[in-house]
Amino acid sequence: MSRVSVVGFAQSDCVRRTPGTTNGVEMLVPTLAEAFKQTGLSKSDIGFWCSGSSDYLAGRAFSFISAVDAIGAFPPINESHVEMDAAWALYEAWVKIRIGEVDTALVYGFGKSSAGTLRRVLSLQTDPYTVAPLWPDSISIAALQARLGLESGRWSEKDMAEVAARSLADARENPQAQRSGESSVADLLDASMTADPLRAHDIAPITDGASVVILAAEDRARDIVSRPAAITGIEHRVDSPVLGARDLTRSPSTETAGAALDVKDIDVAELHAPFTHQELILRDALGLDDAVRISPSGGVLAGNPMFAAGLSRIGEAARRVMSGDADRALAHATSGPALQQNLVAVMEAQS
Amino acid sequence: MTTEAPPLSEPLEIQFDYTRSLGPVLGRFMTGLAERRIEGVTGSDGRVHVPPVEYDPMTAEPLSKFVEVGQEGTVLTWSWCAEPVAGQPIQRPFAWALIRLDGADTALLHAVDVETPEAIHTGMRVRVRWADEPVGHIRDIAYFLPADAPDDQPPPPTSPPPPAAERADGASVNTVVTPIKLGYEHTVSPEESRYLRALGEGKLIGQRCPKCEKVYLPPRGACPTDGVPTTTEVELPDTAIVTTFCIVNVPFLGQQITPPYVVAYILLDGADIAFLHLVRGCDADEVRMGMRVRAQWRPREEWVTSMRNIAHFEPTGEPDAPYESYAHHL
Repeated sequence: MSRVSVVGFAQSDCVRRTPGTTNGVEMLVPTLAEAFKQTGLSKSDIGFWCSGSSDYLAGRAFSFISAVDAIGAFPPINESHVEMDAAWALYEAWVKIRIGEVDTALVYGFGKSSAGTLRRVLSLQTDPYTVAPLWPDSISIAALQARLGLESGRWSEKDMAEVAARSLADARENPQAQRSGESSVADLLDASMTADPLRAHDIAPITDGASVVILAAEDRARDIVSRPAAITGIEHRVDSPVLGARDLTRSPSTETAGAALDVKDIDVAELHAPFTHQELILRDALGLDDAVRISPSGGVLAGNPMFAAGLSRIGEAARRVMSGDADRALAHATSGPALQQNLVAVMEAQS
Repeated sequence: MTTEAPPLSEPLEIQFDYTRSLGPVLGRFMTGLAERRIEGVTGSDGRVHVPPVEYDPMTAEPLSKFVEVGQEGTVLTWSWCAEPVAGQPIQRPFAWALIRLDGADTALLHAVDVETPEAIHTGMRVRVRWADEPVGHIRDIAYFLPADAPDDQPPPPTSPPPPAAERADGASVNTVVTPIKLGYEHTVSPEESRYLRALGEGKLIGQRCPKCEKVYLPPRGACPTDGVPTTTEVELPDTAIVTTFCIVNVPFLGQQITPPYVVAYILLDGADIAFLHLVRGCDADEVRMGMRVRAQWRPREEWVTSMRNIAHFEPTGEPDAPYESYAHHL
């Protein structure tokens, strides 16, 4: 079976509110064009297309069908969609290439998070019988998780503020970031609570955006770019949806996904942590020590386009391998409340 | 693109009552709630799950050993909800908490009515405040109160209770109904905005793909064949042909026209994509493929930025278009 490499990555600017439609076409058209320009590929070179988005976010049925306009789907294309972060669409595309059905694939994700009330819409990801009817918003659920760690001594408010300060400082180098800047941990800790025990800096912003990753079978990849980022492993796992039945201060699904991969000697890790304390959980779950550069893009605290942000983590990590800044990179994507479902991929420079 | 008015947008509310059947485990739990009783289920390791789970999380064995638990419990963690959103149990600032009820081993997520974050802490004892009229729904637990709160404490504002699912007298609860109502700001694309604004002036504006030269009405923003932005505007006449059609004989909720009536694919002269509209002005059985039709506009004072401005299409009486001229649009 062929290995699969990332050969291209493009993303739209992360913005608080786009004037565009919830089907993402306006964000996707230029982002797709950028990915094609990078790789020298065109629509007819793509063997399989897969997207990630959500109708609940868009407030309309089959919004992903309208999004297909952005790729030009006539004559008919080989296409699929997941109602999840597009990192899981990448997993499907990875399988398609692995089994030899196609040798190239384009994966895209998009979300206009600003169209509705994001934290309220996301409560519908919870159990529909005993939890969702209470409309527990995503920020309140994450705050329950944060307090468990704070009060058990697994992390401190200072640890959390340090994650925010580092992320926003790194984001200054990311022209597509929504938030960036220098801030001291002391100043951050002086801010009042937004959702006790979370402060504004602990919470990823509401972001509209889109991203695109192009994959190729290893033997095609080198014709496309000089230094493809070969995916040496990709795994995803899920934890119980019962929030009150799992240890929220850990992420067993990330631990088992990581354990199934070789996560040693990682230079760079892009982690999908929409709340500061979740980065601390993930670093612990993956055994990433201080030698690993964490989310140099600024991560999702600098811009969190729903249903694209996880795919962007894979793209950002791959970009650093392709540019030669890293030899081995790890990418992580999450979906659902309190890190319920997690995907981990490891990439290295294709030899 | 030139500077112009921002795209049209409108608030959009969507609503649906989700009716879910429960099965034996959740059915028993909800039946208990309707009788102000909380039942958990015992797992294969002896742990009591509240809310109950249908299958053991470790062994996947179906679970059926129920046990009643207490209506008081302990806060394991909490967070402060300073700005409640619609539907949340309490409609003023309150605390969310994971609460382990006495006799349970897992925790239930619910709201706690305290006035400030200082009034709650991990380890605090809380008790259930039942809804006035339980129906067999998780919201029968209206919220939790500090265990030592006085019984006559005035209640907080709450969200409207869920509707009761139908059931025969004395029957157990086998369904829950949860209304889901979501609000969005719905925005149309810049191309659609120009099209809709033009409709408001009685004009039909399509766009031509720079690559395949096909004319789309409504304009799409990106050509679905080529994926490139459609930029050239084309004004189209309000004359058209029927490519294909159906006769609606079935009544449905919200229907505005008495059946039978004709819904047809209308291909405007000069357009390459048909859209759905009504054909009236003749008997339904007279409508034919290839029939020539013209838009019948509503009175000008009723025009808005919508295709509604065209009430329907009517036959012009011209000879039918030959089949070959529209076969590729079918």
